[in-house]
Amino acid sequence: MTEKLLMKGNEAIGEAAIHAGCRYYFGYPITPQSELTAYMAKRLLKIDGAAFVQAESEVAAINMVYGTAATGGRVMTSSSSPGISLKQEGISYIACAELPCVIVNIMRGGPGLGSIQPAQGDYFQATKGGGHGDYHLIVLAPSSVQELVDLTIKAFDLADKYRNPAMVLGDGLLGQMMEPVEFKERKLEAPAKKEWALGSCKDRDARRVVPFNLDPYELEKLVNKIGKKFEKMQDEVDYELVNMENPDIIIVAYGTIARVAKTTIQYAKKEGINIGLIRPITLYPFPYKIISQYAEKVKHILVTEMSLGQMVEDVKLAVEGKAKISFYGRTGGVVISPKELLEEVKKIIKK
Amino acid sequence: MEVKKFMNKVFSRPKSLVDIPFTYCPGCHHGIIHRLIAEVIDELDIREKTIGVAPVGCSVFAYLFFDCDMIVAAHGRAPATATGIKRAKPDNYVFSYQGDGDLASIGTAEIIHAANRGEKITVVFVNNAIYGMTGGQMAPTTLEGQITQTSPYGRDSKTMGMPIRMCELLSTLKSPAYISRVALTKPAYIVKAKKAIKKAFQFQIDGKGFSLVEVLSTCPTNWGLSPREANEWLDKNMIPYYPLGAFKNSEEVS
Repeated sequence: MTEKLLMKGNEAIGEAAIHAGCRYYFGYPITPQSELTAYMAKRLLKIDGAAFVQAESEVAAINMVYGTAATGGRVMTSSSSPGISLKQEGISYIACAELPCVIVNIMRGGPGLGSIQPAQGDYFQATKGGGHGDYHLIVLAPSSVQELVDLTIKAFDLADKYRNPAMVLGDGLLGQMMEPVEFKERKLEAPAKKEWALGSCKDRDARRVVPFNLDPYELEKLVNKIGKKFEKMQDEVDYELVNMENPDIIIVAYGTIARVAKTTIQYAKKEGINIGLIRPITLYPFPYKIISQYAEKVKHILVTEMSLGQMVEDVKLAVEGKAKISFYGRTGGVVISPKELLEEVKKIIKK
Repeated sequence: MEVKKFMNKVFSRPKSLVDIPFTYCPGCHHGIIHRLIAEVIDELDIREKTIGVAPVGCSVFAYLFFDCDMIVAAHGRAPATATGIKRAKPDNYVFSYQGDGDLASIGTAEIIHAANRGEKITVVFVNNAIYGMTGGQMAPTTLEGQITQTSPYGRDSKTMGMPIRMCELLSTLKSPAYISRVALTKPAYIVKAKKAIKKAFQFQIDGKGFSLVEVLSTCPTNWGLSPREANEWLDKNMIPYYPLGAFKNSEEVS
């Protein structure tokens, strides 16, 4: 039995994490995700054996995550853009040590202190590594409060599956808005025996979690092993297709802007324009293949983001010159409106 | 050979140390400190439940030397990493091992707040007044006038500040349970140092809260002194500025 609850995005992420078995959270307040930190405090401080710590900084928070992740505990941290920048060192260590954890980024305007309004300017940081060295995060991009729930749960499972940090990449609009959500009953599988997790070395050899190797050949082996995981992760590609029967133009958008695009599709229909939408749900691994396939069938592709244009680079890689790509973006925390997007579509089609 | 049978073994390698050679320079105190920690872990019989956090610096290799579960933390972040471990595994005993650059410079926020939260962890803080692994740069604990790679004309307190006394600083906090400073330049000091480390672990076992032992240590290589001269330099210059003893001992307070 599941019931629909009306929840704010940030709080829904918190409940989803607990639903997924997360019992450890370390974070630091930052707008527009602070409700998530507060929610985890409210819930975890009342659960026996769970831990919530308001860390002294985002830097400390991610290193607490590193510690708990090394013991095999399901652990999460969350922040918004500037705070995520601070976590990058720790995220790189966690990736090198091959530990699972979930990081939530409720993006706001940047660069610098930027603004506290929704934005998508952290796409590069999220999908291309973000910290130093060779690694990727698994990056999931929800576009509704229900998806915040479903993808937060999925992020924990994927992080465990690949022993790699996973990021839920939302924005201030998703974090702040309220929508009905349901928490589907979840088969709680017996936790996999984690042969690497730190704990008690009774009746076994001591274990060591070591994010470095001074022997270049040994470090190369480790980096290559991590690289193999990214190849395997390509199986996890996920996307949504909307109105893709003979479209005049295809929009590629993720998260909040994909929702805007869905409204634009409705407006356009009334004016006799057929817009299709490809919405990447996994930003890493990126759905290159499906975009490539549709690029052969359509003349125009419009990528729209709340940024100067970041995901558009991956779309170009997918399209390989097979279709004309346009970009429309707003920055600074300005959310693109459906009508604004329709005007942009008309301009492109007229050309 | 007959005699040997009746002899009791009075000295051997602690069980909690892996039987491999240390990577430390001759005369460096890391080896002694490692041994003292291992002896304490053996005597308290907690090896199987101990998790150690190694720092960045010369003692990054501590992860290889202790025969218990170990993790290497980012520079300065060991108290945060230790917090994450202890909160998830409250029945394990968690210690961090940190140098002066790690704990007193880049990791000041982490150590102050771990101490202030009263995290039930034990910190062994090795203060040798210099950065070792990077080749002898100024540490926050470098003495006034001390010459290093980055204070080539001596540490000038007017522009570089005075050396930080971490035990004194942390003792202003209400939460920490045990804070003590020791040295290793004389056998009597080593006996006291071991007692302090044992007490620090015992505090954690008893659930009393945060414990930290600062160990004044030599770096003959980067000080440019022989091991013996280094010991003498430490006695003459460091101990007067960094007085030995317990700064916080919650047993005495209560």
